[in-house]
Amino acid sequence: MTTTEATAPAPAVPTTPAGRAADYLDQRTGIGVAVKAFARKVFPDHWSFLLGEIALYSFVVLIITGIFLTMFFVPSMGLTTYDGPVTTLQGQTVSEAFNSTLRLSFEVRGGLLMRQIHHWAALIFVASAVTHMMRVFFTGAFRKPRELNWMVGFTLLILSLLAGFSGYSLPDDVLSGNGLRITDGVVKSIPIIGSYLSYFIFGGEFPGHDIIPRLFTVHVLLIPGLILALVGLHLLFVVLHKHTQYPGGGRTDKNVVGFPLFPVYVAKAGGFFFVVFGLLALMGGTMAINNVWNYGPYDPSPVSAGAQPDWYMLFLEGSLRLMPGQAEVVIGGFTLSLNVLIPAVVIPGLLFTFLALYPFVEAAITKDKSPRNVLDRPRNVPTRTGLGVAFLTAFIILALAGSNDLIATHFRLSINSITWVLRFALFIAPVIAFWCTKRICLGLQRKDRELVLHGHEHGRIVRTETGEYFEVHKPLTEQERWLRVNYTAHAPLELSEAAYDATTGEKNPRYRKAKRWSALSRFFFQDRIEPVTPAELEAAQHHAHPAPELAARQPETDGRVGS
Amino acid sequence: MNTPDVTTHETGREVTAATPADTFADPGLPDHKDRLADKDPKASRRAELQTVILFAISVIGTISMMIVFFTVPLDGTTAGVRTQNLALGLCLGFALLGIGLGAVHWAKTLMSDHEVVEERHNVATEPEDREQAVAALAAGVKDSGIARRGILKGAVVSALALFPLAIAVPLVAEVGGDWNIGKFRHTLWRRGTRLATDPTGRPIKASDVTIGSAYHVIPYQEDIPEDVRPGTHGWIDEKAKAIVLMVRLDPAVLKEAEDRKDWSHDGIVAYSKICTHVGCPVALYEQQTHHLLCPCHQSTFDVADGAKVVFGPAKRPLPQLPITVDDEGYLVAQSDFLEPVGPSFWERLK
Ligand code: HEM
Ligand code: FES
Repeated sequence: MTTTEATAPAPAVPTTPAGRAADYLDQRTGIGVAVKAFARKVFPDHWSFLLGEIALYSFVVLIITGIFLTMFFVPSMGLTTYDGPVTTLQGQTVSEAFNSTLRLSFEVRGGLLMRQIHHWAALIFVASAVTHMMRVFFTGAFRKPRELNWMVGFTLLILSLLAGFSGYSLPDDVLSGNGLRITDGVVKSIPIIGSYLSYFIFGGEFPGHDIIPRLFTVHVLLIPGLILALVGLHLLFVVLHKHTQYPGGGRTDKNVVGFPLFPVYVAKAGGFFFVVFGLLALMGGTMAINNVWNYGPYDPSPVSAGAQPDWYMLFLEGSLRLMPGQAEVVIGGFTLSLNVLIPAVVIPGLLFTFLALYPFVEAAITKDKSPRNVLDRPRNVPTRTGLGVAFLTAFIILALAGSNDLIATHFRLSINSITWVLRFALFIAPVIAFWCTKRICLGLQRKDRELVLHGHEHGRIVRTETGEYFEVHKPLTEQERWLRVNYTAHAPLELSEAAYDATTGEKNPRYRKAKRWSALSRFFFQDRIEPVTPAELEAAQHHAHPAPELAARQPETDGRVGS
Repeated sequence: MNTPDVTTHETGREVTAATPADTFADPGLPDHKDRLADKDPKASRRAELQTVILFAISVIGTISMMIVFFTVPLDGTTAGVRTQNLALGLCLGFALLGIGLGAVHWAKTLMSDHEVVEERHNVATEPEDREQAVAALAAGVKDSGIARRGILKGAVVSALALFPLAIAVPLVAEVGGDWNIGKFRHTLWRRGTRLATDPTGRPIKASDVTIGSAYHVIPYQEDIPEDVRPGTHGWIDEKAKAIVLMVRLDPAVLKEAEDRKDWSHDGIVAYSKICTHVGCPVALYEQQTHHLLCPCHQSTFDVADGAKVVFGPAKRPLPQLPITVDDEGYLVAQSDFLEPVGPSFWERLK
């Protein structure tokens, strides 16, 4: 690369065409600096790091196929008479939007393929974003310095739900129309401004004739634009912080170990884009999705049983289904539809608030201020892992409730009893899931200690001269051991404030808040298992074959602190 | 802020800086294991060939896609469209997977797999830079004199706070149409509007309705204003409110409130078809139990008992349309619904 500084020694004049092109560009952009910085940038390798990549690539596929769709889709609710090739619909009054969706599917070559790839890509996009978020959560990748990037990712998740919803509503078929109708009902339940908000969205009464053009602009301009900008920011943060890495020999909070961007990652990640796109193309080619011509154009009257929204909306649908109707109340003549507000606004609100705020809560109760670039093994943070699984359990129960009619018909059960079971399960199952997960994590940690202290079981029994029997254990390799001892078991926070001011004897106003934080911290870290220390290992090796019960108890007494 | 935080818990261990004797030493990077292609030139040549084949599959995929595109015509039938879609999808899939798998295979087998270590640098700005940044800001603030010029500050803030109104007010004023939220309290039903079947639009004679049968009902198009008749846009908005489900029950099982005894005709009752939960059409009628089920969230209404809720997330019964028969024996509405149809809203009872 050349430099433009006058004092620098004159660069060699490039001779090859590529060299000349590079020189031309660098003279005008100074791109050499960026190339120098990025070409050999190191990225750690792990399959779970691919989840975010899948999300990114499906988004690119959405843009590519989406642009194709915009060339033919007519975002209008104007009415027309269908006279295309689908005989069952000929002569029916349909909207331009529906008409053009059929034209795309039946008369534009490759149109159906693009529509189906687009829809599958949307499902995979949201699914990979969710699993990516799970990876980040369970490995603690949201800790300092990445809390803000967690917020960016969280916003992206919300935007992707909105993107999916607005796209699903565009073809103006019976299913999408009923989805909009439910939206209208939910919006109307909002106290005081509900009716106005409904008019705001629909431009008047439901359905009106503005909603499809409005959703179209939201779907192809507003949301993709925002997603694109935030994806940019998201990746900028990844470059700035450098990627996290799983624990292992030579991997510390101060370095990053992996392969260079060029050529290894360019080939792997670039190749992976084509793999994702290729699989989506196969899905679009082989698996039919959203055959709107079977549902028919939107008409306010018909509705089909067993219709399902796209998977990422199931939890909302299920939440609405589980709520008993009695919750609607009238206060001073005004109707407060808690039967809709609680399931459609409060419950998702709580779930999403938990997600958004979690990193900040954890930072507050660990008071951990140093950058964390080595990931946690989920077992080493049992309470967080338990909370994550509890969250997923609640989400899955809501999604199941969203398909309770299918469960009922498939297993021949009464829909009422399924609903009742799920109503209880929503509150009980997450607690059980939390408890079990936490116990399993603690068990795994204990097993790790056991392994570090006593090595692998060998299956070989040896008899000593004195007649004792013991099993030969093979000690762990340094790498194996390091993986199991290199973590921090946080202790609960000590109460940082006294109840009364020592000098004046007055009540300390900050005491109660501090007490709450320390209680939360105790909930997280009371049960914890410390990593084995060299001293412990030495002691264990000293009594190489101690009395059996002693060996079994050791981690309990030494390692486990608290209750 | 500049000194590294070392948090110590009185009972716990230090979080950031543990004393070295307390912990094991990092064993460093694991040894590199050579791949087959690293040691054996034959394996390396084989991997290269495999990569070439994968890219060749892609080329074949693209060419086949072109061939399919130009030779398989679209005949407009569902089967024909499906076949073409399948062929195009498979070709495109191979065209893309060939490139993808080829590149990944190449990277995995032939490119270096020696791990590289890079140092991380602090994300935070270095202390001197930070001081300079703060100084630069302070100089700027001082230069602008914003701290001293109180009135100027007030003026700037008010101007900036007010100007968004210039965009928001027109937007909000127009975006909700006429903002007349009273409209969804009324439907097309009037005194004497005949009940017609949906979607054929034929008026219904009471004598034709057999016990146990259920009808999806709309207002008869001759009895409604021209600008909202079927085929117009207004019709969809009106239909969304006016749809009715009508059932004829055995008068023996029909329970009616005192004040609604004359709302039915000969066991024929008519209820709004819009769920009082969040507004789906309540479409599934079960003859034996006279239950009406909303497929959206399974609110269940008992048609024989004032359409009150027997299960599910809806609270209120479906509004009843008072009906009677006209001189010719056609079923007609006695009036509009006496309460707003559909989901609840804040000022519903006002
Ligand atoms: C951000 C992520 C996106 C998601 C999750 C998403 C999702 C969807 C979904 C579920 C549909 C319904 C498809 C069907 O079955 O017909 C749809 C339709 C559509 N999308 Fe997207 N989309 C996204 C981005 C885009 C982009 C970037 C564009 C254009 C630049 C676009 C253009 C369209 C068009 C024109 C339709 C209607 C076509 C039709 O219904 O056949 N989408 N989208
Ligand atoms: S809309 Fe009928 S139950 Fe929800």
